[in-house]
Amino acid sequence: MDHVTNSSVSAPAIDIEAGEPHNILRAYLVLGFFVVVSLWTFSIDTRYVYLSAYLWFGFIYGMALQYGRFCMASAIRDLFAVGVPRMAVGIMIAIVLFSLVSAYVTAVGKSTFHASPIGLYSVIGGLVFGVGMVFTGGCASGSLYKTGEGSIAALLVVLSLAFTQAIFVDVGGWLNHLVPAAWTASAATKNMPASLTVTDGWFDQFTAGYIWDLHATTLGDLIKFSNPFAAAFVGNALLNSLLPAAVILALIYVRWYRKSYLRDKSVIYRGWRTELAGYWSMITASRRTAIAGLILGVAAGLHMWVMQGLQQHFNILNVGELLKAMGHTSGLSIQDTVFDPGYFYITTQEAQGAGWVLQKLGFNEMSNIFFGLDNGLPNPILNPVLWMSFALIGGSAVMALLNNEFKLKWPSAEIAIWAVFGGILMGLGARIGLGCNIGAFFATVTNGDPSGWLFGLGMTLGGFIGVKFFNWWIERKMAKEVVGLEL
Amino acid sequence: MAVKFEKVSDGNYRLDVQGYVCPHPQLYTKKAMEKLKQGEILELVFDNPSSGESILAMCQTDGNEIVEQTRQTGNAMRWRIRKG
Repeated sequence: MDHVTNSSVSAPAIDIEAGEPHNILRAYLVLGFFVVVSLWTFSIDTRYVYLSAYLWFGFIYGMALQYGRFCMASAIRDLFAVGVPRMAVGIMIAIVLFSLVSAYVTAVGKSTFHASPIGLYSVIGGLVFGVGMVFTGGCASGSLYKTGEGSIAALLVVLSLAFTQAIFVDVGGWLNHLVPAAWTASAATKNMPASLTVTDGWFDQFTAGYIWDLHATTLGDLIKFSNPFAAAFVGNALLNSLLPAAVILALIYVRWYRKSYLRDKSVIYRGWRTELAGYWSMITASRRTAIAGLILGVAAGLHMWVMQGLQQHFNILNVGELLKAMGHTSGLSIQDTVFDPGYFYITTQEAQGAGWVLQKLGFNEMSNIFFGLDNGLPNPILNPVLWMSFALIGGSAVMALLNNEFKLKWPSAEIAIWAVFGGILMGLGARIGLGCNIGAFFATVTNGDPSGWLFGLGMTLGGFIGVKFFNWWIERKMAKEVVGLEL
Repeated sequence: MAVKFEKVSDGNYRLDVQGYVCPHPQLYTKKAMEKLKQGEILELVFDNPSSGESILAMCQTDGNEIVEQTRQTGNAMRWRIRKG
């Protein structure tokens, strides 16, 4: 039993402890598995290096997320629920760093990023997703890394959001009655193949009749800089990422950090110097979160560079072309594509996994735009982006094992219900918002795409609503627990 | 599995949220600390690592003092928090 006694409230968080021998062995086994996958696939065909690139960046993301307890649900929830800004600050640090690396990658023509359309759908999707992630206790990436810590509840969240998406993108029936006539009319004019039945199904008509009619752009392109470095660094990074992040950090400082900082008896107030020192103190308050933010930011930028480099090396625009050339034609979309964002992404590949299972069970999951036209349903073993998620779980497991934090935990019925219900909301929100906290927020705001801030706004509002509900729920439960207690 | 919040002795309370994941442990801890008087001690037992970071920061923000941190078998954490 480890024992630490602190004499001050400013005591550091529990430091990383050396892993116990059996946990270190387990960590090596997990690491070894992914090494074997990489080497084995490479020995079959060197073009599988594309799969390995996604895999190892996923592994790095998993390690960094677990190390920093990096979770956007935590960021929003802890601000509103318990007044703790640590995680929100860490995410802003990651945004700043990712945006700078992205700007360089974009300026030299190595970016794989595609902007999302700008519209109200981002706010609505973010709101639904935000409520869900507070209920589950983790965002999409947070649930993956917590699965790596051994949380079966987090695994339930991942499965719930995956199957919800796979079902939601394909269902029609009574949901067709919720589709505005304008969407149906617009979708019908898109001349899609009959096999996609684009006027049947809510999501198909939302995509073809609404999303495709919206305009997508980055701030750098919108301002029309002639110099690519100016477009990337001033338009995308400075205006769309750095300034908004600095303003958000200032708001967090004033609302959630300043009071406790100035309460410290060692702080002598000297006007703006003290305020700036407090601002910096807030940014550096959690070493682990800041380091995780730094690693995530840099790795996410490098990830785009590597994927673009591989696409140029193989002379492809989408990994579906590579799979076809390797003889894997099953599960490709009608355009011979599969999901291949080229950067850090979470929800779509899980939806593919669930869709593949449903397809095997006899449902026709390829009769919609999401799978049939765009993302395909490749065998999960051959799906490079899904390997990013598998490896993210693995990277998190390795880090948790090395810190003696891995524990297989089965949820109670109450926690399982929250996980499944919240996961359903997250799945719906992720599809309506065209992504999750990573694909529709983190990867977009850092690449000059203003739509990410709309998703972030919705996610924050949803988080606030979720916290209000949870506060009521826990007050109600506490009232039952403390009956008879003299407080 | 249920949350256990009980009085151990005068000025000493125990909150057991083992088995609960975010956000339950930190929210229960906040609610429990609000019910304590200044100087009273809450013994918190939890096994969700992510919650520890939030609870630590919450104590710093609210001026509560973590006087003892113990890691028990099975990865459970036992923290003693003095209301500030």
